[in-house]
Amino acid sequence: MIYWHSFADFLAMGGYGFYVWGSFGLTAAIMVIEPIMVARNRKTTIARLKRQIRAEARNISE
Amino acid sequence: MKDRFNLYKFASPATFYPLAGALIPYFAAVSVVFGLAGLYLGMLVAPTDFQQGEGYRIIFIHVPASWMSMFIYLVMAFWAAIGLAFNTRLSGMMAQALAPTGALMAFLSLWTGALWGKPMWGAWWVWDARLTSELILLFLYIGYMALTAAIDDPRRSDKAGGLLLLVGVVNVPIIYFSVKWWNTLHQGSSINMGKSSMAETMLWGMLLMAMCFWMYSIAVALMRVRTIMLERERHTDWVKAELSGEGK
Repeated sequence: MIYWHSFADFLAMGGYGFYVWGSFGLTAAIMVIEPIMVARNRKTTIARLKRQIRAEARNISE
Repeated sequence: MKDRFNLYKFASPATFYPLAGALIPYFAAVSVVFGLAGLYLGMLVAPTDFQQGEGYRIIFIHVPASWMSMFIYLVMAFWAAIGLAFNTRLSGMMAQALAPTGALMAFLSLWTGALWGKPMWGAWWVWDARLTSELILLFLYIGYMALTAAIDDPRRSDKAGGLLLLVGVVNVPIIYFSVKWWNTLHQGSSINMGKSSMAETMLWGMLLMAMCFWMYSIAVALMRVRTIMLERERHTDWVKAELSGEGK
């Protein structure tokens, strides 16, 4: 049982559209961006650590 | 080695790292399922509120975000206490991994609260006990992150951060009970033991969204803690083995 009569009705949120979608919009954006940033940070960290390990290995063998 | 650390098996990063990696997809998937179900109930099925019209629907993220902002802080304080008492390596990493997500939850709580307050109270912000104590929670998160980032030695950084977390934990009950203790503009809690002041679909929508936020926070914190583990344990054999492998 969907409460809304039409999609426009749903978007308008009874006149509170700006406030409701402003809340949901930023929340959705944060919940998409945060994991992406964490994953990106992980990639750069792994790349940096690999470089460091290789450099250390070279120093030991020399 | 193995026999000696048997008791603390899961407190050892080398054991926890692959376990966390295996669990992340499940928490993420469950979070999406709860989120979709919660949005369906809350945004499509739940009836309107007779006082607040459709504006009340902000509750479906405002309450879960606020709950998580308090709960994540309590979990961080728990890890801080464990770390200070038993000197375990993992606890500091867990607190560190949770902090940014907790800060974002506190921020979302304030943001959605402002967007809810404007149409209902006529003000984006008031210096009300509930709002002010939640703002202090956000500052505690930011303070913890700044403090731990400023100290290079991880063990000292964990100790200093842990102390800040434990001192700041007094703020959490203040937030929670503020609407009871003081006469605030902020409305009282919508859920009370035994009976709640909400329609059934609203209540379920909110609980599902809370589960979604909960699972999301676990998934992101586990992702973050794995990176922190690699970074901090970079001189150990298990990290070197991990990184020399396929390097996923």
